[in-house]
Amino acid sequence: MKAQIVNIGMNHETAPVELRECIAADAGGTRKILDALREFPCVKEGLFLSTCNRVEILFTSEEVEDAKKEIIALLSDLGQVKDSAVSDCFYSLEGLEAVKHIFRVASSLDSMVVGEPQILGQIKQAYQLATQEKTSGVIVNRLMHRAFHVAKRVRTETGICESAVSISYAAVELAKKIFHSLEGKEVLLIGAGEMAELAARHLVNNGVSSMMVANRTFERAVEVAENFDAKPVSFEEIDRELLKVDIVVCSTGSREPVIYFEQVKKSLRKRRNRPLFFIDIAVPRDVESRVNDLANVYVYDIDDLKGVIALNVEQRKKEAVRAERIVQEEVLKFGHWLNTLSVVPTIVELRKKADAIIQAELKKSSSLMEHLTDGQREDVEVLARSIAEKVLNDPILFLKGRAERATVDTYLDIARRLFNLDRNHGVKYGSKSDDT
Amino acid sequence: MRDPWFFLALVFDLFATGGYIVYLVKQEKWVSRSSCVLLFAGFIFHTVFLCKQYVVLGTAPVLDLKMALSFFSWCIILVFLVFHLKFRIMVLGSFVAPFAAFLMIISSAMPLAAGPVKPIFKSIWLTVHVTTIFLGNGLFAITFVVAVMYLIQEHQIKQKRFGSFYTRLPSLATLDNINHYALICGFPFLTLGMITGSIYAQVALGSYWQWDPKEVWSLVTWLFYAALLHERLTVGWRGRRAALMSILCFCILLFTFLGASLWAKGYHSFSTMGTGGA
Repeated sequence: MKAQIVNIGMNHETAPVELRECIAADAGGTRKILDALREFPCVKEGLFLSTCNRVEILFTSEEVEDAKKEIIALLSDLGQVKDSAVSDCFYSLEGLEAVKHIFRVASSLDSMVVGEPQILGQIKQAYQLATQEKTSGVIVNRLMHRAFHVAKRVRTETGICESAVSISYAAVELAKKIFHSLEGKEVLLIGAGEMAELAARHLVNNGVSSMMVANRTFERAVEVAENFDAKPVSFEEIDRELLKVDIVVCSTGSREPVIYFEQVKKSLRKRRNRPLFFIDIAVPRDVESRVNDLANVYVYDIDDLKGVIALNVEQRKKEAVRAERIVQEEVLKFGHWLNTLSVVPTIVELRKKADAIIQAELKKSSSLMEHLTDGQREDVEVLARSIAEKVLNDPILFLKGRAERATVDTYLDIARRLFNLDRNHGVKYGSKSDDT
Repeated sequence: MRDPWFFLALVFDLFATGGYIVYLVKQEKWVSRSSCVLLFAGFIFHTVFLCKQYVVLGTAPVLDLKMALSFFSWCIILVFLVFHLKFRIMVLGSFVAPFAAFLMIISSAMPLAAGPVKPIFKSIWLTVHVTTIFLGNGLFAITFVVAVMYLIQEHQIKQKRFGSFYTRLPSLATLDNINHYALICGFPFLTLGMITGSIYAQVALGSYWQWDPKEVWSLVTWLFYAALLHERLTVGWRGRRAALMSILCFCILLFTFLGASLWAKGYHSFSTMGTGGA
């Protein structure tokens, strides 16, 4: 009987966070699960993925129902919750549905924030663990490599990962549209809220060279500055800093604006009109809105940034449609490969390939055989055929002999590669990982 | 008679333009890459055409408006290709290629002038004069195109309304940078072109400066560009104001190029150049 690909999992839509928390596992927990998977007699290959938004077990099995029961028991065991409480939250997908699911997860189409880039890294890590623990086999290997390939296609061919969907991302994206690169740029942080720190962190990750922190209470400024390796400055020094910095992040709790029109206007000439970008995430706003009217000065308050995000979310929805099409396409290709992974089609293809070679070679040598009679030509053909038969005989017998064994997939895969059957079939698997 | 090289150049420019416009909509990288190759091929054919004309006429092929427009288009594409190597801004092609192709179309639609070339034009000074002037014009055309792109992008960021151009256009800093760079390169060419022009006038007509309308307008153009450059270098003008100014400057330049040549009487006017009239 042929092994089925099965995926059991829960995500942010099917399970509440309390439950996901229980089951989410660190690397050690993952190893434990993989150990258990290896021990189950009805599971052939397996992979365990656990992130803060989802838990997935991908496995192949010939006795699907038994395997599912054991795995759900294993998961509830891990989370120390009751079977009955867990099983409602799980979805279970089989065959190409499971393949599609894993492709969608890898391409971040199934994420809470569609298009977020972390998930691919997490899947790669999960796969690495599975290979280390030797729970992955031919099918899971191929499936995961295809999943990475799909994710890459989705990322490069659609704009799904391009747009920012969090405030700090949106701010960084805007800054890049103004300054091109943030490298060597200077940032002034006025006030120190949690969101401002997050934005600052993003700016630093994107190459901002130096940072100043100003706060009404100097002690707090010093404290925040330490987190970022920044320079604390007093509130009175803001005027002077405005001459130097490129980006200002404001988030004070002040009722009155902190940055005034005249103040910025004065600094512009001394700045030689270098662009100045205000990210004002304070409510009420810290920067007078008129400041945006000044040339080369850009002011974005929290609502503007939210507007950017809303647009991007809309954009992503459109791109997701294209991404789904890519996924569908790749699922079909994978399904095709899966089908070839049984003994009879492989043998048929081997024979077909031999036949094609014989025909091609006979055609090539037709000029050499011109002086032969029809009968002689037939003899040559028969000879060629019987040589091919003899050469293929042992591999075919070998494959037939393995048909009932658990390792048949591996041998089929190797046979197909040795004879290069997938390329000749008009199905190209593109990425290099297939050849390794 | 239509020269096959010119025809090939025109066809390739048009295909490249089409490709670049498709790229603007579809954002597929290979489209812009192949458009760039097409444009380069067109440029090569155009170069062959110009060399051939140079040999036939014995001087730079800019004796009537038809030739001048084609040469202008060639210069713009040359500058674009060089800038493409330096800045790698794919979308720039979507703006420059249509402009260059437009000039080519007008050029191809104009009647062919015939007649012998006056010996006065067969001077190396004329060749140097027009080549430098036109290279300057090509660079200024880039400043113009980039300034337009800057204004579109700046408007979107300032007004916080993001259309489809927002993701397609490069950052403000990049656009301003290209504008600055093209201006700095273009200005010496313009200056050099005017100096060699006046030397040529001295050699050919015996006077450095004759208050010919085109001379005067060239001086006006030069002064405007000088002002822009000065403001940029000393005061640090940049962004919107610099973009608007470079658009204004380019309009004056175009007027000098077309207006002073076509309507004003003077020895720069194509109708008096003695090649049959344009």
